[in-house]
Amino acid sequence: MRPSVALLRKDLLLERRAPEAIPAMLLFSVTTFVLFHFGLGRDEVAGQLAAGVLTVTLLFAAILGINRLFVAEQEEGGFDGVLLAPIDRTALFVAKAAGLFLFLALVEVVAVAAFAILLLGPSPWPALPGLLVVLALLNLALAVVGALVSALAIRTRARDLIVPIVALPLLTPALIAAARAAAPLFDAAGADGPPTKWLAVLALYDLVFGLLAYAVFDFLLED
Amino acid sequence: MYGKGLRALSLATFAALTATFALVFFYAPLDADQGFIQKIFYVHVPVAIVTLCAYVVGAVFAALHLRTRDRRWDLRSYVVIHIALIFNILGLLTGAIWAKASWGHWWVWDEPTLVSFLIVFLLFATYQPLRFSIEDPERQARYASVFAIMAGAFVPLNFIAVRTATAYVHPRVLASAEGGLPGSMAFVFVVAIVAMTLLFALLVSYEIAAKQTKWQLRALRRRLLGSDAVAPLGRSAAPSLGEPSRGGSATRAPRNPAEAAS
Repeated sequence: MRPSVALLRKDLLLERRAPEAIPAMLLFSVTTFVLFHFGLGRDEVAGQLAAGVLTVTLLFAAILGINRLFVAEQEEGGFDGVLLAPIDRTALFVAKAAGLFLFLALVEVVAVAAFAILLLGPSPWPALPGLLVVLALLNLALAVVGALVSALAIRTRARDLIVPIVALPLLTPALIAAARAAAPLFDAAGADGPPTKWLAVLALYDLVFGLLAYAVFDFLLED
Repeated sequence: MYGKGLRALSLATFAALTATFALVFFYAPLDADQGFIQKIFYVHVPVAIVTLCAYVVGAVFAALHLRTRDRRWDLRSYVVIHIALIFNILGLLTGAIWAKASWGHWWVWDEPTLVSFLIVFLLFATYQPLRFSIEDPERQARYASVFAIMAGAFVPLNFIAVRTATAYVHPRVLASAEGGLPGSMAFVFVVAIVAMTLLFALLVSYEIAAKQTKWQLRALRRRLLGSDAVAPLGRSAAPSLGEPSRGGSATRAPRNPAEAAS
């Protein structure tokens, strides 16, 4: 566990000293809300539409972070460092997934507020507890799949092309579940709790892909 | 010697397919509701089932490749996914035709099989670009296997998500199989599944045999004519099993960080 914490601290320190991914994801999210306003031609959204706008925006913002996740390792020889150190290679996966989870959580603090101010029709406060659960589960899905896809794509020739085309279909079930789970929260007639059925699907997705990614990550770091 | 048993498999597939189509057209009863067009069910559904099973089989082969380091498993995984992708397109097309004929639209979002199929297709369509963008053959095989395992696990999960998301407004032909599907239809359906499975196995065997023969031919030419006479293989998404005699230079991973970064 300690190597993971050390690697995570390194990533957080890097991001604090030279903020790169988080500001980009944040700006991207807010810009996308503005684009949705014009694209949909609506001043306010509610229900399934609001849930869709929010989750799709977060998914696309996550793609930016996924693209950058291993760039420092690739350019500065961090992979060799991890391979040379007497630690389990999956420590890198755990650290990167945890880092992406934290980045996304930070982005969401501002992005959800911006969403509530710019686009959301009903009051965001009653939806907040349910939304926290949905976003936590969605972030977990984005983090585990993102860390794996990022490692898969980083040493290919066309990495910024490979990341979105692989990650988007792979994350489709998570997006379906998150958007459906968040829909009742933004209901115009008053917030309702997220349906357990969808939370269960999302949790199942997290569990299956978390374990799988943990199991196969080793093979991406062999040379 | 490659392609052992291909002749027997070809004959069995031919017989099974002929039997299927004969049964579909002359034996299976007309659907009271949809009439003749319902017969596409005997192509569409078996193709869909074979495709999804094949993706899972491809993932199992990929896992075996990672476990055993035997590159032949990578070849099998690649070929299975390749043919499954073709079956996938076939399933999408027949599904769209069926949807047009029975519901009047080429695309119906509340038909979970069709929607899952599209998402699975979009995911597996990235398998070849991913392979193509990795030059080192050993790493290509390894990364492709990791992808295939994730994507194989994705197939059932995706099905759960899409099925849960779909409103059950249309009757499920298969769901009513226990109660509704008459015995004669069920029999034809089972024959159709067997025929499609045989067809799939046949195509996979042919592609594997063709690839292995090609590599053997290259190896023989190189031995006869010298290595200068045989043009090196270009970049390819397909696994290259038969290229060990290139002085090992092709399969060596770039050790130099500068080389790896480029």
